Amino acid sequence: MEVITLESTPKTPSIKFDSKEGKLQIKGRSIPENSVEFYKPLLESLGRYASSPTNPTQVDIQLEYFNTASSKCILDVLRTLETIHSKGNKVVINWFYEEDDEDMREVGEDYQAIVNMTFNMQQAELD
Amino acid sequence: MDIQYFYDKMDRNNILLSYKGDITSELLTSILDIIESKMDTLQEKPQLRKKVYIVLVELLQNLYHHMDTPSMDENAEITKKAIFLIGKEENHYKVITGNYIKNDTVPVLKKKMDEINALSPDEVKEHYKRILSNGQMSDKGGGGLGMIDIARRTGKPLLYEFVPVDGSFSFFTLNVVIE
Repeated sequence: MEVITLESTPKTPSIKFDSKEGKLQIKGRSIPENSVEFYKPLLESLGRYASSPTNPTQVDIQLEYFNTASSKCILDVLRTLETIHSKGNKVVINWFYEEDDEDMREVGEDYQAIVNMTFNMQQAELD
Repeated sequence: MDIQYFYDKMDRNNILLSYKGDITSELLTSILDIIESKMDTLQEKPQLRKKVYIVLVELLQNLYHHMDTPSMDENAEITKKAIFLIGKEENHYKVITGNYIKNDTVPVLKKKMDEINALSPDEVKEHYKRILSNGQMSDKGGGGLGMIDIARRTGKPLLYEFVPVDGSFSFFTLNVVIE
């Protein structure tokens, strides 16, 4: 069993991952200069999880801002989830965006198209 | 040194903030903080606030990563210097960045920006998606996505200038308007 719990900082989102529960939550701002380094532990843990995932896997992504350096890392997270999904496991992805944030909704749609999975697009109030 | 001259000049040009020197991670955190609370005070619309913020992140991180370039030659000092100005006019923000770059990187950077500038806003979006899904990212993350993102979010061509300094360096200026 693997658990990752990271508190948010001004430049990085909070991350909660629990492999036993099959739950992942990424929430906040993701604008670190060293995004590859920041996402590495999560990607490694998710990679191990992908070989024997819980069914279903539930993912909440609620980002306020992210930089282009993070966008590729988020895609890597989604691609790992895609491999879980492609093996016949259920993966629920909730993509949250603020009411007026058309851009974040569009970004979610772009990701959907790239990884070929359907997200639940949800309006959310960021706290 | 005539400080009043600087004051008046910044005032006339509606400059909110200017900085010259080393670009560190901590500096960027502070600058973003200052601009965010400034926009709060000015009660900017959430959409404009977000756009300004994220474009500023990309521009400043471009400077930050550029300065990571190891330089072994005797001109090492010169590559450490960067400048940026953030201003606000009636309904738009402007950000101007300037930094020294090596002459041999000028054609690559120029070509990349010219390619982006030749695209329509819809094509810029498609280009972004294509680079995101296929592009190779560097260790620093960027992989050229930053410039495309700036063009995508501002909906404007990238306004740039390269001024040759000497046999090794040019001064690169990027002028971005966000509205």
